Amino acid sequence: MKIIIVGCGKVGLTLAQQLSQENHELTMIDEDAYRLHRVTDSLDAMGIVGNGVNHVVLQEAGVETADLLIAVTGNDEKNLLCSVIARKAGHCQTIARIRNPIYNDEIEFLKREFGVAMIINPEYAAAEEIFRIFQFPSAIRVDSFAKGNVEFLQFKVIKDSPLIGKKLYQMHQEFKLKVLIGTVIRGDEVIIPNGSYEFMEGDTVSVVAQKMVAIEFFKIINMAKDRVRDVMIAGGGEIGFYLSKLLVNAGTGLTIIDNDKERCEYLSTEIPDATIIYGDATEQDLLIEEGLENVGGFAALTGVDEENILLSLYARDVSTAKTVTRVDRGSFNSVINEMNLGSIIYPRIITSDSILKFVRSWNTDSDSEVETLYKLADGKAEAVEFILKGDSSFLGIPLQALKFRPNTLIGCIYRNHQVIIPSGQDTLKAGDSVIVMMAGYRVSSIREIFEK
Amino acid sequence: MNYSMILYILGFVLKFEAGFLLLPAVTGLVYGEFSGVYYLITAVVCAVLGYLLGRKEPKSMMLYTREGFVSVALSWIVMSVFGALPMTLCGDIPFYVDSLFETISGFTTTGASICPDVELLTHATQFWRSFTHWIGGMGVFVFIMAILPMMGGSTMNLMKAESPGPSVGKLVPHVKDTAKILYGLYLGITVAEAILLIVFGMPVFDALTTTFGTVGTGGFGIKADSIASYSSTLQWIVTIFMIMSGINYTAYYLILVKKFKDAFSIEEVRWYLAIVLIAGAVITVNVRGFYDSWGETLKHAFFQVASIITTTGFATTDFDLWPEMSKTILVILMFIGACAGSTGGGMKVSRFVILFKTIRKELSIIIHPREIKKIRMDGHAIEHEVVRATNVFLAIYFVILLGSVLLISVDEFSFTTNFTAVAATLNNIGPGLDLVGPTRNFAAFNVFSKFVLMFDMLAGRLELFPVMVMMLPSTWKRK
Repeated sequence: MKIIIVGCGKVGLTLAQQLSQENHELTMIDEDAYRLHRVTDSLDAMGIVGNGVNHVVLQEAGVETADLLIAVTGNDEKNLLCSVIARKAGHCQTIARIRNPIYNDEIEFLKREFGVAMIINPEYAAAEEIFRIFQFPSAIRVDSFAKGNVEFLQFKVIKDSPLIGKKLYQMHQEFKLKVLIGTVIRGDEVIIPNGSYEFMEGDTVSVVAQKMVAIEFFKIINMAKDRVRDVMIAGGGEIGFYLSKLLVNAGTGLTIIDNDKERCEYLSTEIPDATIIYGDATEQDLLIEEGLENVGGFAALTGVDEENILLSLYARDVSTAKTVTRVDRGSFNSVINEMNLGSIIYPRIITSDSILKFVRSWNTDSDSEVETLYKLADGKAEAVEFILKGDSSFLGIPLQALKFRPNTLIGCIYRNHQVIIPSGQDTLKAGDSVIVMMAGYRVSSIREIFEK
Repeated sequence: MNYSMILYILGFVLKFEAGFLLLPAVTGLVYGEFSGVYYLITAVVCAVLGYLLGRKEPKSMMLYTREGFVSVALSWIVMSVFGALPMTLCGDIPFYVDSLFETISGFTTTGASICPDVELLTHATQFWRSFTHWIGGMGVFVFIMAILPMMGGSTMNLMKAESPGPSVGKLVPHVKDTAKILYGLYLGITVAEAILLIVFGMPVFDALTTTFGTVGTGGFGIKADSIASYSSTLQWIVTIFMIMSGINYTAYYLILVKKFKDAFSIEEVRWYLAIVLIAGAVITVNVRGFYDSWGETLKHAFFQVASIITTTGFATTDFDLWPEMSKTILVILMFIGACAGSTGGGMKVSRFVILFKTIRKELSIIIHPREIKKIRMDGHAIEHEVVRATNVFLAIYFVILLGSVLLISVDEFSFTTNFTAVAATLNNIGPGLDLVGPTRNFAAFNVFSKFVLMFDMLAGRLELFPVMVMMLPSTWKRK
């Protein structure tokens, strides 16, 4: 597929890395030649220096023959304009990043009127993810499949957990719950576990289950926690703003600390139910004074990664709060992961995941369509939800008779509002939502998970 | 420095060279010459070594700029070292240093020879000499990348180090597709010329070797008098294909995708064609009376101009006998060279365009001290990095030029000989003037001077930086 990416910032770079791995023909546009060349020197992509709203520049990038244009510059209006011009100049679909809250309620209008296929708001998406984590604090990452009917939760196996030393088949025998262990991240490795997998301290485990079952599961392993009832947010930027809106609507008590007076005043007008503190969140006394020790949830969302990490580490030490840390940069992941920060939010990865889903579901064939896509452990593994269509050859055959590629697991089938954790006798049917975990390879159609 | 990756790449290159060496082996077979066997043996040696080096995949496949430069420079040296073996083994060129000179001259598309009489060489060796031009013309890495699915985006660093021009870009997003397009065009021009030459009466073997020499802008002939003994029609065909081979391949790509307006408005190509026309016209007037008719004069003038500016080095006449003005023009053309992104050598027309624009800008700044002025080419402002690299290129270029002239002066030949010998090798042309004129050869130099000239050829083909980077101690530090 021919894809043009306008803007070589963090999101543009992450996207280019992912898409070039999937062998798309990439052309990057940026006004900053230095920034552009750093990307095109290390990736198999072409670079064009110029302004993406300029018709001549777009033409030089091959907009007439491109399939998709992704506008991810730092400027909302530019992204929109760029998408509109690209649509007029060529026949491509467009994706634009829009993050200003004033546009947030008008997304459907913008999509319809400007012909933009997808509008992404990384800050809003990040806020939603943090909100879900506060609703389900037992997990460090909360996602869902089948339009929210199936939970996809990750948790860390902590010291003293009853799981340690247990084999997977023993767990199933003892718990008798309809849960599925999908992936295990151990160190740098991702394991798609089979029955003989043994839980170890420090493993990051993902489970697929319905919500009530998942709650039951966390009770058994002594990790049950109620949803967070009061939250402290350090940093009242866009993510903080969206998160506050979501939390206030859910009736959660809220304290926001920000060191910009104007911003505080703005927040106070927009979110009257929250306590807005004007001050530096890195002052220990201020945090304690505002009750960090007794708070149920703490989100470090300032614009500086180092500050966020320090704040979360401190919050972990002085309180029992569920902590969420925002990390923008792509480097030093392995170090950050070792620090036990609890939940970490990477806004640029959330964005690139949803765009990747869009790109993959593009090449729909007669077999399936990609509905949801999550990348795990830096993209070493993926959890993909397919919707089955038509009469493919693998439908109706018991799963045990099908040959799957190594490191593949059918996690769950969602059929007629029923969640099926499949066994060898189950079959796939047209219309099913099938959730598949895989490591070491990536697919855009369900057909590719079978041995050839 | 990722040593294991560099060795792995050398393994690739050797495997490809083994494949290339099979062609002269087949030629030997066709002509019933025993020398073909030596080409086969060398091919087997390269294949085995290539297999051994490529057996273990390196832990990190990442190629940074430094690794790219070093891999390319080393690969060209290794290719030449092995490519020279069969020439000595089969007895065509008895001394290995001479074979090495000949092979480097071939791969770098220089075409400077140490052979007193090329007509005495076996067909296999004649074919190999010319074929090295064809490989070296577009570059071996571009070839490898067009064929193999190599390790991702960092291979751009290999192409950058090998392809000529002040700034190397891609035609299409994928490196592999870019390489394929380049080789497709290259192959197309090659086939077209070979067919035309055969149709107009050149024997097949001569047509193939001449074509390799032309499109690679190399210049090895299989006749002692180069192209002089062929008919006028054939000479005109070679002239036109030489000029075509010196044009930036981007122009052909743009024509291919039907962007004719863009293709014909490339500033560099316009300058290049203008220089060819003006130089040809001036020389025609200058050498009037040397030949029987105006047509003959025109033909010789343009053939020599095309041959020198594209750095091919074929000759239809002994231009060493021409008047001083014509000879001076030719020497200047040697330095200008062909377009960037072509198979030709020299300093490249685009660098001269940038340099002249820089001069104009600096002068303008004296008049308007606060003026901010960007140098533009093809309607785009040129990045400062490119301008700086061009200036540095010029500086290194003259350091190497003067240093080499000094070093080879130990042979006590005339200044013209020494100066044009270095100019002809550094710019990958082949023949110079005086003792290294079109009817002479480089055999007279001593071993030391030959090594200096070999260095010049490699430095010229790889555009100085890769070879210079190799000489910095900090390049080799394990980090």
